Amino acid sequence: MSDRLNVLKTYKLYVGGKFPRSESGRVYEVTDAKGKWLANAPLASRKDARDAVVAARKAFGGWSGATAYNRGQILYRVAEMLEGRRDQYVREVAEAEGLSKAKAGEQVDAAIDRWVWYAGWTDKIAQVVGGGNPVAGPFFNLSSPEPTGVVAVLAPRKSSFLGLVSVIAPVIATGNTAVVVASETSPLPALSLGEVLATSDLPGGVVNILSGRTAEIAAPLAAHQDVNAIDLAGADEALAKELEIAAADNLKRVLRPQPVDNWAATSGTDRMTAFLETKTVWHPTGSLGASGSAY
Amino acid sequence: MRTGLYSRYARRYARLVTMPTTAPNALSDVTASDSTLRRFLHGLPGVDAVGLEARAASLGTRSIKTTAKAYAIDLAISMVDLTTLEGADTPGKVRALGAKAVRPDPTDRTTPATAAVCVYPDMVATAKEAVAGSAVKVASVATAFPAGRAPIAVKLADVREAVAAGADEIDMVIDRGAFLAGNYMKVYDEITAVKEACGTSARLKVIFETGELSTYDNIRRASWLGMLAGADFIKTSTGKVAVNATPANTLLMLEAVRDFRAQTGVQVGVKPAGGIRTSKDAVKFLVLVNETAGEDWLDNHWFRFGASSLLNDLLMQRQKLATGRYSGPDYVTVD
Repeated sequence: MSDRLNVLKTYKLYVGGKFPRSESGRVYEVTDAKGKWLANAPLASRKDARDAVVAARKAFGGWSGATAYNRGQILYRVAEMLEGRRDQYVREVAEAEGLSKAKAGEQVDAAIDRWVWYAGWTDKIAQVVGGGNPVAGPFFNLSSPEPTGVVAVLAPRKSSFLGLVSVIAPVIATGNTAVVVASETSPLPALSLGEVLATSDLPGGVVNILSGRTAEIAAPLAAHQDVNAIDLAGADEALAKELEIAAADNLKRVLRPQPVDNWAATSGTDRMTAFLETKTVWHPTGSLGASGSAY
Repeated sequence: MRTGLYSRYARRYARLVTMPTTAPNALSDVTASDSTLRRFLHGLPGVDAVGLEARAASLGTRSIKTTAKAYAIDLAISMVDLTTLEGADTPGKVRALGAKAVRPDPTDRTTPATAAVCVYPDMVATAKEAVAGSAVKVASVATAFPAGRAPIAVKLADVREAVAAGADEIDMVIDRGAFLAGNYMKVYDEITAVKEACGTSARLKVIFETGELSTYDNIRRASWLGMLAGADFIKTSTGKVAVNATPANTLLMLEAVRDFRAQTGVQVGVKPAGGIRTSKDAVKFLVLVNETAGEDWLDNHWFRFGASSLLNDLLMQRQKLATGRYSGPDYVTVD
């Protein structure tokens, strides 16, 4: 009887729909909750961050211009693909967070459900936060939500998969594109998520996933003039302050880290509305007739 | 070294070493007849394609950082021929382009101006007005650009119109059909005729459309043919075909101008055009220039980039160096 050789997985970044190694050629060791080596993950540099922003900007026009219905279909497709690879994610989450198989399974199920939940929101958010405004004049006055643009997302440090999904899905559901910095200590579920996104009709560049030192990658993203918003979920207090100062330069929208004990609880629409702009259009209805109405 | 100082010095130096661009004695007999010209061009050493591409690729791996990078970016900006060659060009667009050429980054007055704006002949007067009072030149494509498929009389009229409208530089296309058919004398005569039409006021750039010449040997022959006929600049391509300027074909042309000066003492400029979009690419070309032709060519009198979107990337890189933050397309003009 012959033992098979181990086939170890080379984890790579996910940028612009491709799986590059870090431009710097660096990797770092990822361990499980007990300190046992799991894999080497790419240690992304600021140039990887810059390339990811370029990819996200390039994808923004197409993604934000797609119909909300189409975005919903694609996000649902992502959930389908996740379901098919459930076992892999259960293993990765169990290793990363030191959970039992059953507990990790609950996390993965909740993450997939979360994805489906946000997929449903794509064509409903406009009714909730937009609409017609009553004005004193012969105008239709309509407010509609529009995506902010390229959003840098620092994924939560602890919740390596459910937390990750809970910050990515609301950003892209509304038409933004994202540059995600995975959890520094447990990036493997995030890097595997890239493989699912690449095979579920999501256009390349809509989500870009980087792994490495959060402080190193987040600083150039926060200062980047072509990033429109930043979600600081994965930053500690000192880093969050520093990044918010850097982000003020081009008036980025900043979502400060929220104290989240339990990512399994639904967050409502807050994470979507944080990265939406409201566009209001005044449209003349024509002159009022003698009867007081033009219709 | 500071850019301003250097380019001023180089320009002064350039005049001293440059002879009038007439066919030099050493090579004057090769253009005596069709057969001598053919013998000379086919007698040029063949190009080692693998070696050429390897050399171009290896020179592209140089790491240019910090002060050297800042110098390279400013130099590259000063070498840009800001180009708009579209059927939809309007006077307004040309004026906007002219304003951008004179002051590429209005938020930073230390940014150098570009070398020239490059337009179609009917837009020369508009462009001339837009860059009036600055050192920015106006280049005009002519001779039935980009195909070059027109009778010689039409081509010459095209050139004369552009020169009369005030063009400082004329970018002509060669007759690729005649060249590929081996009718070198026809190409030679056309270039000399256009050179004559340019008179003393306009410099002549000769476009080979390297993407249509199919072999490196042909590019080398075309380069020598152009220089023998009196080109002030040799230019890779029109930007209208699939393959435009590549590091390899630009390297080949740089070797040609270097060898030509060694033999005749006449310096000829080089202009890669089309397909150069990033600062990184531009810096790679500058490395090629420095390592092949030498420092004498590191000046916008002797080397140009034919480009439009390249300038925005150079400006964004410049802003990054100045502020430490990555810039974005929101901070440069939309052309």
